[in-house]
Amino acid sequence: MAEIAYREALNQALAEEMQRDPRVFLMGEEVARYNGAYKVSQGLLDRFGSARVVDTPISELGFAGLGVGAAMVGLRPVIEMMTWNFAILAMDQIVNNAAKLRHMSGGQLRCPIVFRGPGGAGGRLSSQHSQALEANYVHFPGLKVVAPGTPADAKGLLKSAIRDENPVIFIEGELLYGTRGEVPEGEHVVPIGLAEVKRAGTDVTIITWSRMLTACVLPAAEALAAQSVSAEVIDLRSLRPFDQEAISRSVKKTNRVVIVEEGWGFAGVGAHLADFIQRELFDELDAPVLRVHGLDVNMAYAANLERAIQPSAERITQAVQQVLYR
Amino acid sequence: MAIAVQLPALSPTMTEGKITRWLKKEGDKISSGTAIAECETDKSNLEIEAYDDGTLLKILVPEGSAAPVGSTIAWIGKPGEAIPEAAPVEKPLAAAAPAAPPAPAAATAAAPPPAPAARPAPLASQAGNGRLRASPLAKKIAATQGIDLATLQGTGPAGRIIKKDVEEALTRGPPAPAKGAAIARSAPGVRVPPQGLPVTQMRKVIAQRLTEVKPGVPHFYLNVDVEMDQALQLREEAKAKGLKVSVNDIVVKATAVAVRDFPRINQIFAGEVIQQLTNVDVGVAVAIEDGLITPIVRDADQKGLAEIGAEVRELAERARHKRLKPEEYTGGSITVSNLGMFGIDSFIAVLNPPQAAILAVGKVEPKVVVRDGQMVIHQMMSITLSGDHRVIDGAVGAQYLHQLKGLLEHPLRLVL
Repeated sequence: MAEIAYREALNQALAEEMQRDPRVFLMGEEVARYNGAYKVSQGLLDRFGSARVVDTPISELGFAGLGVGAAMVGLRPVIEMMTWNFAILAMDQIVNNAAKLRHMSGGQLRCPIVFRGPGGAGGRLSSQHSQALEANYVHFPGLKVVAPGTPADAKGLLKSAIRDENPVIFIEGELLYGTRGEVPEGEHVVPIGLAEVKRAGTDVTIITWSRMLTACVLPAAEALAAQSVSAEVIDLRSLRPFDQEAISRSVKKTNRVVIVEEGWGFAGVGAHLADFIQRELFDELDAPVLRVHGLDVNMAYAANLERAIQPSAERITQAVQQVLYR
Repeated sequence: MAIAVQLPALSPTMTEGKITRWLKKEGDKISSGTAIAECETDKSNLEIEAYDDGTLLKILVPEGSAAPVGSTIAWIGKPGEAIPEAAPVEKPLAAAAPAAPPAPAAATAAAPPPAPAARPAPLASQAGNGRLRASPLAKKIAATQGIDLATLQGTGPAGRIIKKDVEEALTRGPPAPAKGAAIARSAPGVRVPPQGLPVTQMRKVIAQRLTEVKPGVPHFYLNVDVEMDQALQLREEAKAKGLKVSVNDIVVKATAVAVRDFPRINQIFAGEVIQQLTNVDVGVAVAIEDGLITPIVRDADQKGLAEIGAEVRELAERARHKRLKPEEYTGGSITVSNLGMFGIDSFIAVLNPPQAAILAVGKVEPKVVVRDGQMVIHQMMSITLSGDHRVIDGAVGAQYLHQLKGLLEHPLRLVL
């Protein structure tokens, strides 16, 4: 198995799916001649031509709408948002059209479209360009939301997303593009809705997704192991639908949960997970579910404040100690 | 910020208490753990301890006045500090009107007094409203294992009982025997937590039907006459050796040994589960000035007659002066109520819940009885067992009484 970067894994998935299905095409800002703002679409224009790798003007609402229309008539568009911060401009197409077409047409229309791009903090990009916005999209019925944290999951989930018959919000990690990991070559598909235990443990369940997995949760689990605490790390990978069975299995084993989320806590994805856990697993809990998330402020530009605002391995170990009553 | 001193629940059944005497006066310095007042509860006179350091700022409940459990009786803080303007007694003694908002959390958030929940709870794992604090998992384990959470000390925040606490309580107990009959005998000095037995469907129907006929606890009664000649002889021999042993002491000991032989008597009906106790603790009904109380002789099956006698007399003496601690009169396997010294021939006792059995003991007197077709005179005593029919059936009660009768008629077995 080759060790490749997250961006190369995404590139492989795009290229393989475009090769496999002529209806698949990529559209977005700088995706063609510039090979992508983050080089995810490297070489695709040369390989598949300008009809299937399409540069757009800076007009998120417009090209999101073009993509929805293309999906309605039978194509399988992949729409790249340069970042999810910019996709706020395209919310109307995503929420009011893509998510609702199947329902409002009584099943006569389908919208097999992937909106993809980087989310989360990028490193001193300040308030407007550092947001982890997944909580926005999990809110809407009709959308699936995935957020892979490793190169292998990025490839496997993007292939599933492109093959899905419904709109999929595909959130990449802006700081993950250069991270490397082993990725199976060729047909490697990760089903949407399936979590993965990235580290097995017995004392506490830490649930997370996307960049938090490698940035602070696994390091925290390592630090906890040195304190004789066996933490089980669940990488959710899919946020909607999310893997209820994986969570149940783990919580029944550990009886304690910490949820780690890069975005804000208020009405965050973790809030919904905590709701699920208290409702379905009440009698398994030996401690309240705790959450570690971005502080309730706009992102600072200063590097030290940026670090302080985001979840850290230290904050995670503190939360774990708390649910362990230590 | 000033801290409220709340009237703690000093016994399981206490709902209010009367402050008989303040041991500290306003302006006195107080440290955590010192007794600040004496309180008369439904059972005893006990001291109220402070849980915080500071100066006694204000006494809200004067000597001779009663207050409900959980109400603020005084304020502790820094000298000169203002105390929150609250009604002297926060909760009326009468039951709260339905319209009263039962939201203490909201009230403490809005008003300046500190949240009582943030302070160490007066009793183990009990929140200010008397609710037991335990994690959902701890509750589940306790329910399936038949552990009474109220007997545990929580080690979580604010005394919350957590999984570890229940598991530790479980490991202290013996491994669950396969059959009800094979209940492990407790070692001297070892307190074994009750073991949960399933309420079988038949048991459920019996409990339900009998409760319909006899609401509350459905009693049934069995009576037997016991020859006490040998028991009286034993008492005389002990006396000759300078040991004080009463008929009642012999009855208590025999009661306990018989319970050990018939663990089915040592059960408590707890709704979803039947609690199988292992220790044999015998309550002894003691008449006191304005009522009665049943101090408990722990592990009575393992104590000698003289030891039981001394313990009963000591407990009774303190009971008459209302000096018993709650743990000295709660729990227990069975109760012995003896009215023989009042000249009663025989009587029927009401159960002492949650125990499933009580023995009503009459006086010992010479009676003409028929033995081998001959009229002979024996020292006779009547014993009546009242049983909780939800857990004990007539046959089990009869076997128990038969065993008890045998022990009393051949008391040598008690000392062997």
